[in-house]
Amino acid sequence: MNIDWFPLWLSLRVAFLSTALALAAGLWIAYVLANREFRFKDALDAAVTLPLVLPPTVLGYYLLVLIGRASPLGRLWEEVFGAPLVFTWKAAVVAALLHALPLLVKSARAALESVDRSYERAARNLGASELKIFLRVSFPLARRSILAATALAFARALGDFGVTLMVAGNIPGRTQTVAVAIYDAVESGNGAAARVLVLVVSAAALAILTLANRLTPEGAARG
Amino acid sequence: MLSARIRKTFAPKPDSAGFTLDIDLAATQGVTVLFGPSGAGKTLVLDAVAGFVKPDEGRVMLDDDILYDGATGVFLPPQKRNCGYVFQNYALFPHMTLRQNLEFAAERRPRLERHRRVMEMLDKFRLTEAAGRRPHEVSGGQRQRCSIARALIGEPKMLLLDEPATGLDAPLRAELYEALRRVKEDFRTPMLLVTHDLAECFELGEEMLIVHQGRVVQKGAPQEILDAPANLEVARLVGAFNLLEAEIVTLDPGRDSSRLRMGEFELNGRYFPGHLKGDRVTLCVRPEQLMARARDGKPGTNQIPAELVRVVERPHGLRLEFTSPAFSSAVRVNVSRGDYEGMKETREWVVEFPVGELRAV
Repeated sequence: MNIDWFPLWLSLRVAFLSTALALAAGLWIAYVLANREFRFKDALDAAVTLPLVLPPTVLGYYLLVLIGRASPLGRLWEEVFGAPLVFTWKAAVVAALLHALPLLVKSARAALESVDRSYERAARNLGASELKIFLRVSFPLARRSILAATALAFARALGDFGVTLMVAGNIPGRTQTVAVAIYDAVESGNGAAARVLVLVVSAAALAILTLANRLTPEGAARG
Repeated sequence: MLSARIRKTFAPKPDSAGFTLDIDLAATQGVTVLFGPSGAGKTLVLDAVAGFVKPDEGRVMLDDDILYDGATGVFLPPQKRNCGYVFQNYALFPHMTLRQNLEFAAERRPRLERHRRVMEMLDKFRLTEAAGRRPHEVSGGQRQRCSIARALIGEPKMLLLDEPATGLDAPLRAELYEALRRVKEDFRTPMLLVTHDLAECFELGEEMLIVHQGRVVQKGAPQEILDAPANLEVARLVGAFNLLEAEIVTLDPGRDSSRLRMGEFELNGRYFPGHLKGDRVTLCVRPEQLMARARDGKPGTNQIPAELVRVVERPHGLRLEFTSPAFSSAVRVNVSRGDYEGMKETREWVVEFPVGELRAV
């Protein structure tokens, strides 16, 4: 049996990158949502959560509008990097990011908010800057929940199908991620390849889920 | 020295009544105690001084620094206020060892000094042995001392303590008072302490402010307040008094005397300034100022016959509770165990009100 493993490697790479980006942006957004009061807080919260509830095709459409070759962002990307963003594996990263981010922000915010306020007050009273408080107090105390959320975000990023298909396409050897490859294999009657990939992805997801559950502090996520 | 004038209003909400804090206070050397029932706004005062809460108007000064000034819009963040805060639950960082907790607080000091300072504080607060352990691995006393050491390590100009003894058992309480007395002697940092425990005010406080519904209703040394509560409200808040309704029958400033009627009995008292003949007043007298005796025929001067309804064991003696048609509420009298042994068989009692101890509020 001849299986093309490229989609799996591509998916892993996409998931790693998008999770890293989601972590960087998500922690910051979660911190702001958890600690600051500002006018459009609810709007920001809703905007970040929206990808969780919108159909993938709708999201894909928005993304195409936002980063397509005709859009300002798309043109800027083309100016800087010399090639379009859409229909490359980097577009798949953006698609996966869109799914990883809301998961991460939601859980990280809850984790940060569950840290007893008196620790942050104490740190502030002891002269610590907000950055120092986040790095040395809030984040370490919420660390396990945030890591668990990161694992889930990674799993989610690994499995995106619809949005990836719309913005990165299905170019074998270039933008074909594992989810798209499975669809492709089933469509073209290659049941054996589909089965193997399905099993591998399922095993990976199960492993990540187990890890996430182990990381979650007792009772926190299970409510 | 801290001087604060703080005013803050919380609008009423569907689930809570509105609240206005309007307080003017000065705390100099030693311990100043904010005493009052829960919900009086005591902790809010600490939070406003520490910068966790922004008042609506007023001014907070610590030595020569303006921490807050409503008129000019100055509001220093908590980081810049330089006043230590000992939280009710201590708020030691649970993921750090005691030493790391102190180091965290020492980081705003010059690098060369930090290490020495941490060692010094560990030593002073007898924490050297436990320094490598985390808060949940050490005893309650060590946690308590560590939180005080952490608050003091940056050499604050003021130490704020939010009900530090709440939830402690008696030995830990004694340890805390001992530690705070040492802070007073060794560091000379003025302290502002919040409590609702009267014994604690006496244990620690040089100056006591009684806070009720967001206002200071009386201030003075604890003994002064106990001897002369300013009004009925204070007497009720302090909670250490028998409060009995009476009517002034005669008043004689020349002889410094008065007569009061309670039910069908009359009592001799001192002259009550600020009252008129015929006034209905509340007598305010502490259980240890009264005497219980066996009735010997007709009640003597300032004695009122009463029925003993309860005997309560206390750490330093007994408390007897009496009722009588003349009393507007039950009267508590403290007696020593020895005295009570001698009159245990008594059937008919009188409560004696010493002339000099009667106060009207």
